[in-house]
Amino acid sequence: MERIVGIDLGTTNSLVAYMEGSRPVVIPGEDGSNLVPSVVALDERGEILVGNAARRYLIETPERAVYSIKRLMGRGIEDIQDELRLFPFRLAPDLKPGEVLRIRLGDREFTPPEISAFILRQLKRNAERHFGAPVSQAVITVPAYFNDAQRQATKDAGRIAGLEVLRLVNEPTAASLAYGLDQKREGTVAVYDLGGGTFDISILRLHEGIFEVLATNGDTHLGGDDLDNLLLTIALDDIRGDLGLDLRRNPEAVQAIRKAVIEAKIELSAKEEARIELELPQGKKYEREITRRQFEGLIQPILGRTVGPCKQALKDAGFQPGAVKEVALVGGSTRIPKVRTLVQELFQREPHSELNPDEVVALGAAVQAQILAGGSQATQDMLLLDVTPLSLGIEALGGVVAKIILRNSTIPASATEHFTTGVEGQANVAIHVVQGERELAKDCRSLARFDLKGIPPMPAGLPRIEVKFLIDANGILHVSAREQRSGKEAEIQVKPSYGLTDEQVESMILDSFDYAEEDFRQRQLIEARNETETILAALEKGRKSPAWEQLTRDERKKIEKLQKALREVAQGEEYKPIRDGLEALNQATLRLAELMMDSAVSTALKGKTMETADLGEGPAAPHPIAPAEIIKK
Amino acid sequence: MTTVHKPDSALPVFTESGETGACWSCGDMRAAHFCQACGRLQPALPTDYFSFFALPRKLNLDTAALERDFYNLSRKLHPDLYVRATDQERAWSLEKSSQLNDAYRTLKDPISRTQYLLKLEGVQLEEQSKAATEKAKQKGEPKQQVVPPGLLEEVFELNLQLEELRRSKKMGEADPAVVADLQKAKSHLEEKYGGLDAELKGYWEQWDALMEREAREAVPLEERHRVRDRMVDLLNRRSYIRNLVRDVNEALED
Repeated sequence: MERIVGIDLGTTNSLVAYMEGSRPVVIPGEDGSNLVPSVVALDERGEILVGNAARRYLIETPERAVYSIKRLMGRGIEDIQDELRLFPFRLAPDLKPGEVLRIRLGDREFTPPEISAFILRQLKRNAERHFGAPVSQAVITVPAYFNDAQRQATKDAGRIAGLEVLRLVNEPTAASLAYGLDQKREGTVAVYDLGGGTFDISILRLHEGIFEVLATNGDTHLGGDDLDNLLLTIALDDIRGDLGLDLRRNPEAVQAIRKAVIEAKIELSAKEEARIELELPQGKKYEREITRRQFEGLIQPILGRTVGPCKQALKDAGFQPGAVKEVALVGGSTRIPKVRTLVQELFQREPHSELNPDEVVALGAAVQAQILAGGSQATQDMLLLDVTPLSLGIEALGGVVAKIILRNSTIPASATEHFTTGVEGQANVAIHVVQGERELAKDCRSLARFDLKGIPPMPAGLPRIEVKFLIDANGILHVSAREQRSGKEAEIQVKPSYGLTDEQVESMILDSFDYAEEDFRQRQLIEARNETETILAALEKGRKSPAWEQLTRDERKKIEKLQKALREVAQGEEYKPIRDGLEALNQATLRLAELMMDSAVSTALKGKTMETADLGEGPAAPHPIAPAEIIKK
Repeated sequence: MTTVHKPDSALPVFTESGETGACWSCGDMRAAHFCQACGRLQPALPTDYFSFFALPRKLNLDTAALERDFYNLSRKLHPDLYVRATDQERAWSLEKSSQLNDAYRTLKDPISRTQYLLKLEGVQLEEQSKAATEKAKQKGEPKQQVVPPGLLEEVFELNLQLEELRRSKKMGEADPAVVADLQKAKSHLEEKYGGLDAELKGYWEQWDALMEREAREAVPLEERHRVRDRMVDLLNRRSYIRNLVRDVNEALED
């Protein structure tokens, strides 16, 4: 059965993992690195680059590259004004409020799900190369505090990348699965997850293999990115003040400074002091030393923003801070010593960080993938019961929200509401669904507007329309409606407030066939390499058989030459030369195959079976060197 | 691959009201969640939360047993187990696990359990939520809320004090005497609020006794309504007091 992979689609880095036996492992990319930077670039030839290959463009031609796209998933232009001040996102000029965002990359435009799909496609490819087999199903992680629109956008990204997303798993919950796999832990656990762009806190109860989330909270726009931006702003101010150089409108210089401050930030996790040295335009030079103490003072306000959500989650779970048995740290930003102390003080526990904080979410996603695939010894009895992070409500009279599913309800969860008409003969009823904790609809996140259509003509107030809201195990909302008096299934027209429509996703899937060509090429390459391995192994066997000696010297020489050549081309990335090499070697070994066949048959006549004649395979594939098709000729 | 569940004697096995159908898969007699013969998942049907757990409509409830049943059923109904099952079974699993979660959430909490039972008994509980308050504010109308008779005097007094506090705050400093009065009123209300739990327990006993009697003989509807209405009254007082405490807290914090 095809393997299901687990994917951590991160703000800064993305990873793909799977269960190797009883252990989840990360699949490295071609460059050997486990982390694929979540950077996408469009090169001068119009080709898409992802990861380390794209990172170069961030500095050289920033208008051709995009990073931290996760920040824009499922959002509209009106709620990303803060992001636009801090990140060099280049939006399409003609965007209107309520429209799905489009990002300019070189001379082209892509929606955030499409850009995320490029990253997913790269991970898919890495996994396919690793397995030598196609991958089409995945579990993808999302921040626990992602709302419906952000989740839907992630699912859309999967579809565009040619992946069936079997489950969206919350990142902190996934991490708890990875932690819970080895030791059979029992009791309450808090997972503090501070990543590149998002913060989550989840409180779980572990009981006989059930991972039950009791409460979750967070901030989908709080992470390492914010620390970087803070340091960047300070550096730009410094440069303007001390050197009289305003670089804010110089994207190349901004990216170079950004890179330098990130390096300093990372250094400060290990050392007490870091030094920034940068060559600037006009022959100027920026030099600055920063101590860990200074750094901690600067970032304190940002880290402080994680405290409120932690306290709220504890309160919602019904715990005093000291009552949680264990605390696990997840996300690259938890490497900062100050974060550790903050968590330790908050929960009064020494936090765990045995598992690599960059990888633990992907590892957990792999565990969940295994559970979905039907489980194994390692995941036996493991079951995840997650919650919806935000309350679901309907806009009622006067713009207030009537909450119908409260936050931290175990999902799947549902609610049924009844609606009626206000005017005689009214055929439509409009429903506005929102997500959030605020009392007024305008302060919550608008999810969708539904139009209940085709209500049979009746006096006002008589129709009774039953609307069912169901949040599935991915945290995504489904709505169905029925007019009860007529028993008619009411027609619902869903207009997602920020998401892509099904038609849009379909057309993006079609567009992505351009890139699917690359996938096809990749698949051909994988198949050719596999065949190469098979034929080379078989040839090794053949050379030890008596038939090898029956060949002429020239024949043997030719085979050896082709064997060597095939070995070489198989190292390359081009599919065609490998195919050609395979074909040539197949032809050259035809007589060897026949001779081996004859000897096998004569051995068989002497009373031995085909198998003991060392043919390797049964009669269905009589010749181990040449595939069956050549025998047919 | 299709997930097949063997019947588990530890799980509630019952026939849902009006459902006497056969298992869709093997044709044998079906139980509520899984076929008793072949173990396959059965269609999701509309059901009340007590029936879902095969519980009588009683208010005293063994929450430890409820939790155990919740975990056991989760292990068999959750959509994670049906990822590779048929579309139909996937839909049933989604529907049934949402019913399971909704039912567990409602029944495990004593207040929401009582509210739910009253809803089944045909009571439309008064909306005293913050949303109702906001709604009234938006429309510029006074909040439609009936003051529970036993609280009339206290509420009248409290509103005067709140008014005074606001006035004194507007003038500059909050009058310490008024603040002290409000603190006192607040702790009195909280005390009252705490006492409601014991009162509610008493009604639970009455209700459950009625249910047991009903299993043996016809119980006059009036008796049923009497206990029901007492509980409604108590819940109204409860949410009224809670809102008062919130109002006082807000006034003190401002």
